[in-house]
Amino acid sequence: MTTSSRRPDEGEARDAAHWAPIMEKLRVSGVPEEALSLNVEGRRVLGPLQGFGKMWQKTYRVRLSGSAATPTEVIKTWKENFPKFWGAPRGNRFYAPITGIAPGEVAVLNLGAGPMKLSTGVMVLYADDESFTLMTPQGHMLAGWITFSSFEEEGCTVAQAQEYFRGQDPLSEIALALVGHNMQEKLWEQTLRSLAAHFGVEGQPQMLVTCVDPKRQWSEAKNLWHNAAIRSMLYTVSAPARWMARPFKRLKR
Amino acid sequence: MPQARVSMSVRKGTGGASIVDIEGEVTSFCENVLMDAYTEAAAGGARAIVLNFGGLEFMNSGGIGLLVMLLIRANRQKQRLLAVGLNEHYRQIFELTRLNEAIGIYDNEAAALAAVAGA
Repeated sequence: MTTSSRRPDEGEARDAAHWAPIMEKLRVSGVPEEALSLNVEGRRVLGPLQGFGKMWQKTYRVRLSGSAATPTEVIKTWKENFPKFWGAPRGNRFYAPITGIAPGEVAVLNLGAGPMKLSTGVMVLYADDESFTLMTPQGHMLAGWITFSSFEEEGCTVAQAQEYFRGQDPLSEIALALVGHNMQEKLWEQTLRSLAAHFGVEGQPQMLVTCVDPKRQWSEAKNLWHNAAIRSMLYTVSAPARWMARPFKRLKR
Repeated sequence: MPQARVSMSVRKGTGGASIVDIEGEVTSFCENVLMDAYTEAAAGGARAIVLNFGGLEFMNSGGIGLLVMLLIRANRQKQRLLAVGLNEHYRQIFELTRLNEAIGIYDNEAAALAAVAGA
């Protein structure tokens, strides 16, 4: 798995190699065949400014007390084992690209157990030796990004996940208020616990939640059109029709 | 936390704008420096804050996150946030993160100040 970004060319900015290239629409490649990439291919990414709901900053941290791991080692390990540490409940899958967590790569998320799967994804917006950032596409429940980083603080290595986001559309905003915030907080706390455990530390993550902007952006309510939950559900319920149409499609060819 | 490798100085522009000259690295570690500079720039009821990125040497996604926070703060005070001095690379990053949809980008300080005066 490749985990580092390329070296900058001569005359390029020092951070140039760490950023994803400009892309009008996301392209999924290098993920396992079983990954359902319904709501990722062809979508645009959305930052926290393009979301609908209240804007949140959530910071999760764990101190790797007693571990000799440096921030660079922590981030290298985190990138290489992201799906393993990802603290989502059983049945949810994070399909990292074969090329690994590298700028511009797209990962696919399949959420939920059983036949009803919610398909969405994330794009690697930025990646260097001490941090990396994932940004959400249209249709994801959240509009924003999450940065995973590691640094030294008072002689101890700290691992951190910090997200800036809004609920992407009115339905996502309701889902966030009902269960989403809670699920998301558990997910990242569990992720940090797994990362700490990898370094032999029984870490207790700390969380800081700030509502940065309580206003809802009604002009972005139109994001509902791309809502991945609705589209995934329609895809699932229309499966029999697709199955019945298959012989006709073959005849056409 | 590692120390911020950035310096920011504030000066008054025309038309009720304040200019923040940024030299060095914009990362999550420069939160205090950036927010202090903003407080100084906003004092006296500035209508607009112009961020001059002419001396920017490095910016990571943590730095972009801080700019989002700054934008929200400025919007709350009904202040416009503008950017000048961005080279092609950093313009692309603003486009990639879609910050360019909320922060006005101008080729130079004179153009930004003219936009503030004309608003």
